[in-house]
Amino acid sequence: MELFGQQIMAGLANGAIYACVALALVMIYQAIGHVNFAQGEMAMFSTFIAWQLMQWGLPYWAAFIGSIVISFAGGVLIDRLVFKPIRTAAVLSQIVMFVGLLAILNSAAGFIWDFTSKPFPAPFGADPLFGSRLVSTHQAAMVAICFLLLALLYVFFRYTRVGLAMQSAAENPASAKLVGIRVEWMIALGWGLAASIGAIAGLLIAPIVFLEPNMMLGILLYGFAAAVLGGLSSPVGAVFGGFAVGIIENLSGTYIPGVGGELKLTIALLIIICVLVVKPSGLFGVRHAQRV
Amino acid sequence: MTDLNNAISNFKDVPGGSNDVAVDRKRIMSIIAGLCILAAAVAMPFALSSFYIFQLTMILIYAIAIMGLNLLTGFNGQFSLGHAAFYAIGAYTAAIMMEKFGISYVWTLPVAAIICFIFGFLFGLPALRLEGIYLALATFALSVATPQILKFSLFEDWTGGVQGLVIMKPDAPAGLPLTSDQWLYVFTLIVTGLMYLLAKNLIRTRTGRAMMAIRDNPLAARSMGINNPIYKAVTFGVSGLYTGVAGALGAIVVQFVAPDSFTIYLSVALLVGLVVGGVGWLPGAFFGAAFILVIPNVAEHFSKGLSGATYGLILILLMLVMPGGFAGFLRLCSSTFKLWATKKAP
Amino acid sequence: MTKLLEVNDLRAFYGKTAALHGIDFNIDEGSVTALLGANGAGKSTTLRAISGMIKRTGDIKLNDQSLMKLATEDIVRMGVAHVPDGRGTFMKQTVENNLQLGAMTRHDKAGIAADIEMVYGYFPILKKRRTQQAGLLSGGEQQMLAVGRALMLRPKLLLLDEPSFGLAPLIVREIFDIFRRLNKDEKVSILLVEQNASIALELADHAYLIETGRIVFAGCAQDIKNDEKLRRSYLGY
Repeated sequence: MELFGQQIMAGLANGAIYACVALALVMIYQAIGHVNFAQGEMAMFSTFIAWQLMQWGLPYWAAFIGSIVISFAGGVLIDRLVFKPIRTAAVLSQIVMFVGLLAILNSAAGFIWDFTSKPFPAPFGADPLFGSRLVSTHQAAMVAICFLLLALLYVFFRYTRVGLAMQSAAENPASAKLVGIRVEWMIALGWGLAASIGAIAGLLIAPIVFLEPNMMLGILLYGFAAAVLGGLSSPVGAVFGGFAVGIIENLSGTYIPGVGGELKLTIALLIIICVLVVKPSGLFGVRHAQRV
Repeated sequence: MTDLNNAISNFKDVPGGSNDVAVDRKRIMSIIAGLCILAAAVAMPFALSSFYIFQLTMILIYAIAIMGLNLLTGFNGQFSLGHAAFYAIGAYTAAIMMEKFGISYVWTLPVAAIICFIFGFLFGLPALRLEGIYLALATFALSVATPQILKFSLFEDWTGGVQGLVIMKPDAPAGLPLTSDQWLYVFTLIVTGLMYLLAKNLIRTRTGRAMMAIRDNPLAARSMGINNPIYKAVTFGVSGLYTGVAGALGAIVVQFVAPDSFTIYLSVALLVGLVVGGVGWLPGAFFGAAFILVIPNVAEHFSKGLSGATYGLILILLMLVMPGGFAGFLRLCSSTFKLWATKKAP
Repeated sequence: MTKLLEVNDLRAFYGKTAALHGIDFNIDEGSVTALLGANGAGKSTTLRAISGMIKRTGDIKLNDQSLMKLATEDIVRMGVAHVPDGRGTFMKQTVENNLQLGAMTRHDKAGIAADIEMVYGYFPILKKRRTQQAGLLSGGEQQMLAVGRALMLRPKLLLLDEPSFGLAPLIVREIFDIFRRLNKDEKVSILLVEQNASIALELADHAYLIETGRIVFAGCAQDIKNDEKLRRSYLGY
């Protein structure tokens, strides 16, 4: 029983990573109605930027803030340069754009900083939490930051004008324009926010998996799965999905015989698909009723 | 007056006939173009070295796979990131049949086709309730699971595990003065031609129109009596069939199957090929296949260290300039030409 | 009578296809002007051109200021509220949020709150449904919500695109009565696009008839109502 409890804890700790990535994905989805397949690579690149800032002598927290600000600007720039021109193009063409962006970021990161793994500082220390070997203070901090981000986003969308404007711009751009919302800037804002959240995720993950250009690939898959499981319209769902995926992954690895590292992802995805077949918009996704 | 009316209505009743000269001219031109391309395609293996023949053969094979994806995504509106799975199943079917059972390569194609159809249909059924991004995830899971399942130790006796299986290259049939490579090219060309004609005819029939109706407006399609679930699942099956046949051919030509050849990257490549060629335009498959085979090599020539970035940049620039892919480019050319032609006419 | 809106040689395009072939008309301040015509005549296109939602050439002036170089979001800020065809409701948001969205360009919290109450005064049913999801409202209620949202802008000019579409005759009467009150009491100038010519002519002061992208008649609403030949040939009744 103790093992089970510890596995849950470890699953939650991993899940915090997926939850952060899922939050970024949901953020962009809320803003532009598409999933940002390059989110992982953007987060990775942001983390490298922070690393580079520290190499140039900045203390950790300055690099942390610096990376987030630069990522915000980068997100806005990517939207204005790459995605704005094809706003009206077919969804599939836009997806290919994401593929291109992904390739560029991955390749560029490898070129600039090479593919060797680099250690990355853990700001909250890597000591075991309350003596448990499975969860460190850093991982506990990740969970806490995840919830903090979630709370901030919730307040943002529910109670601020900008949040309402952003949601409406995504839902019905034509009507949003007719009430004076600057739709293009709302989309750019969404990108900037998603890039920032991704940066935070990357900065929290790097101490655990070590910094290298391919570090986010596997995590993005889980993050994507988590976002869909939770329902793409719900930040709460994203966080819940992240934790759920983390726990499922850990438990299936421990308790299902023959399932090594490789098949864990398959099991997790299988379970998610089963959930989707029963509840096609995800666990927390709201099926918006529409009169036909 | 009545005579003229009769004459016109008779003209209209001629099968394949049309009372529009411009349409006739267009059909003649496309037939001529098709024959020219066919002639060139048949002549090529005798003019090129075996490496280029191999490349051309692979282009044809990927074209078949992309055709399959086009049927599902372009014509039926179901998004798939999972086609690497069908390709893998086709490939391993061929490999196992040839290496473990010693069956001739020719039989692997129909068997792969049937198996992949069934698998596609069975996957399509639960996927019916999923739309857009949720379907993407489900198919994504398929792609991710495939190499993992192929590496699974339980199946190692059949699949060869992580190392995969090596296949003997089949010779040209006795009596034909062709090398193995040339023969495989011709064989693939024949299969490709058949699959292309099959797909073209499928699109033309009521089935094809039903598929497209489902893509454009599922609700309206249902209310017109189209059985959405059956059509969607069958389309998934047919799509799987095509990609499976491609996979089988691929295995025969490459002479090797291994789990890491069939990852999510293959699924993404097929999707890129689909978009670059033109979604919903069958001939686009050939352009898309050429793109995904040739451009990564070009990118590597350009810059070894930044080959990925170069490829990505090319993709982005291409989408900015031609979001409709090659099909969109041709449409632009033809409408520009028409505009120019009408301006020149007195 | 001051000219609120002056339109000169307006041409509008959907892609490469021209839908308006150079129309001219004016709207007096404080008046109700109707733009009538059959399906596909170019009525909605005219409104979209004024709002800057489609490609247009020519000249559009609001209170002597040209709207031609402005984006939709800026035209809105000049005081033009456009209720699009199909209502354009934010389906996923509540009724009250839809109204809040209408006031997106304003920053006076007290004024906004007062105006929401004003809108509820005109449309009590909306107050009853203030926390409900807008997508669940009936057609008539959504039309009221769309108009309410437009009012939150405190517009100088209200563009109404086929407000009677898909609504029961009784509801249409109700809504048009409210338009009359808005014009008389709140002094809102209205440009009304309608296929239902008879109800439009009851409300309007002036009317323009548009046919395949060209204006074929302009005059007093009364004159058109009384001219049977005109009515028969252009409006079909």
